[in-house]
Amino acid sequence: MHKSIDQINQRIREGSARVVTAEEMPSIVAELGERGAFQEVDVVTTGTFGAMCSSGAFINFGHADPPIRMERIWLNDVEAYGGLAAVDTYIGAIQQSETREEEYGGAHVIEDLVAGKSVELRANSRGTDCYPRRTISTELLLENLNQAIMCNPRNAYQRYNAATNTSDRALHTYMGTLLPGSGNVTYSGAGLLNPLSNDPSLRLIGSGVPIFLCGSQGMVVGEGTQHSPAGGFGTLMVTGDLKKMPSDYLRAATMSGYGVTLYVGLGVPLPVLDIDVVRATAVRDEDISVDVLDYSVPGRARPSLRKVNYAELRSGSIEINGEEIRTSSLSSFRRARKVAEELKGWVEEGKFELALPTQRIDPRKAAKPMHQTAAGPRVLDIMDRKVVSIGEEEEIRAAARKLLKGGTNHLPVVNGSGTLVGIVTTFDVSKAVANPGKAHLVRDIMKKKVITTTPDEAVDIAVRKLEQHNISALPVVDAQNRVIAILTAMNLGKLFGGRRLK
Amino acid sequence: MKLLVTFSRRKGGKPIIAQVVRETGVLINVERAVIDSSEGEALIEVPDDQGRLVSETMTALGAHARILDHGITVNESECVDCGACISICPREAFTFDQEYKLKLDEGKCVLCSRCVDACPHRALTLLL
Repeated sequence: MHKSIDQINQRIREGSARVVTAEEMPSIVAELGERGAFQEVDVVTTGTFGAMCSSGAFINFGHADPPIRMERIWLNDVEAYGGLAAVDTYIGAIQQSETREEEYGGAHVIEDLVAGKSVELRANSRGTDCYPRRTISTELLLENLNQAIMCNPRNAYQRYNAATNTSDRALHTYMGTLLPGSGNVTYSGAGLLNPLSNDPSLRLIGSGVPIFLCGSQGMVVGEGTQHSPAGGFGTLMVTGDLKKMPSDYLRAATMSGYGVTLYVGLGVPLPVLDIDVVRATAVRDEDISVDVLDYSVPGRARPSLRKVNYAELRSGSIEINGEEIRTSSLSSFRRARKVAEELKGWVEEGKFELALPTQRIDPRKAAKPMHQTAAGPRVLDIMDRKVVSIGEEEEIRAAARKLLKGGTNHLPVVNGSGTLVGIVTTFDVSKAVANPGKAHLVRDIMKKKVITTTPDEAVDIAVRKLEQHNISALPVVDAQNRVIAILTAMNLGKLFGGRRLK
Repeated sequence: MKLLVTFSRRKGGKPIIAQVVRETGVLINVERAVIDSSEGEALIEVPDDQGRLVSETMTALGAHARILDHGITVNESECVDCGACISICPREAFTFDQEYKLKLDEGKCVLCSRCVDACPHRALTLLL
């Protein structure tokens, strides 16, 4: 049993094509069976609406008089790429304004242009014989641009891992605000409506395929960057004309403490060519699983706390280690539905014909991590091995003497077996001396909750710890929690001026 | 209704809320409070018909009480119904309806404003 793309397009032209959304498909297949569904349905529309950071637009401004070869370019104070020809640029969605920072960025510039608002172009140049002009500043509307072509290198993730945070402080991530102590779980993606989840073998979605992109007809360029369908994380590179887009499906946003992003509405119509397409588009939320990753781990390999499917995520809460944790979507399921519904309408009305890929996308590819030829500095490269510590049973006066003699402001406190149990600073000792009370021993005044680092930890991670906890030193401990060195803000100076050891 | 009570530097040490409860007999529900030795702010809830009485008694005792007509407000033209606010709210004031449209139960809001920053679309505001 097979329908050709021409037969399907013929039905679309005649207005007789039966079009359903990917959300409707599972129950149609359940009711009619695969063969029945194949005979009944010609096109399945998909849709997603969520934050897609890897988005942006190519713009051509036309030439000024006298002409300029723009080298540095700003649109509403958001820098755009100046490495293209004289009056071409690429504005990336997450680039932040130099004046308004995370409250305004490239995504907002694109949103403002589409909404018909004027945008200020500023650019400068060193001037050449053919392009003598050095600066320009002008107000532009979308209609003033020769081209404004959305071209998004990585959109429409097949699925995305959910996020939580087991640490004791709130995290601000591209997965939104993650409350401490696994206080919430955030996720993204339209589950059963997701384009790539309805065509995981990439038979139908490929180069040249017409799509719904932000409310107008766009096209798949090919595989997206970081495309990794081997693990279920395929992506698409897509393009569309900004000038034809309404403002409903393109929304700038800010993830507080992280930065700007662009919410993109994207849908792909899938021709029901054979039973395999029926099977693939019958996918349900229950069939699509992701990991719940712990974002409190600042490394690339974040541990997974459990597997979870989209039906569980969408139910409002999931269980982690016996506790009910509430979930929040960052993408909008309501708008994903609207994308699929609107696309369905276009096809039903004969306004939108389908096409098969002119070039297929590899369904087996796996993205690699970065090839790093030089490891970044680690704590052991700059830590101070001449650490002075003090016993918890010693007197406060002894701590004062050690602080004076050691030329340090921090004394790690150790117990009888040499393991770290606390820390005292010059401030703690001064306070105890200035307000003499019951405290006589180091144990009485030490801070018991010590933030530590290890020799192998990346310096950047240690620096985040110093910043987050507003402290100026970290005891460096070994696997047995014995103090082997100390890392102070002073040691960080070794990273500069080529004085780095090793 | 909800009242936002602010205590001045000088009156901070006095048990004003307790005194209002004793004088008016109104049972005050303290929903949120930040009070230290010098000043403070408390969000209280009282029966609708006794809001004015409580407010006036508070004022007479040296605190400032303002009746709050609104909690968090949702700007419908900015909201895209993502639901980022849902798991952030400590009072579960946000939910989805059958159509995955965001719903706010204003009565549950304690004006903590956590959701204001968590909203990617800046659709939530707290007017105080």
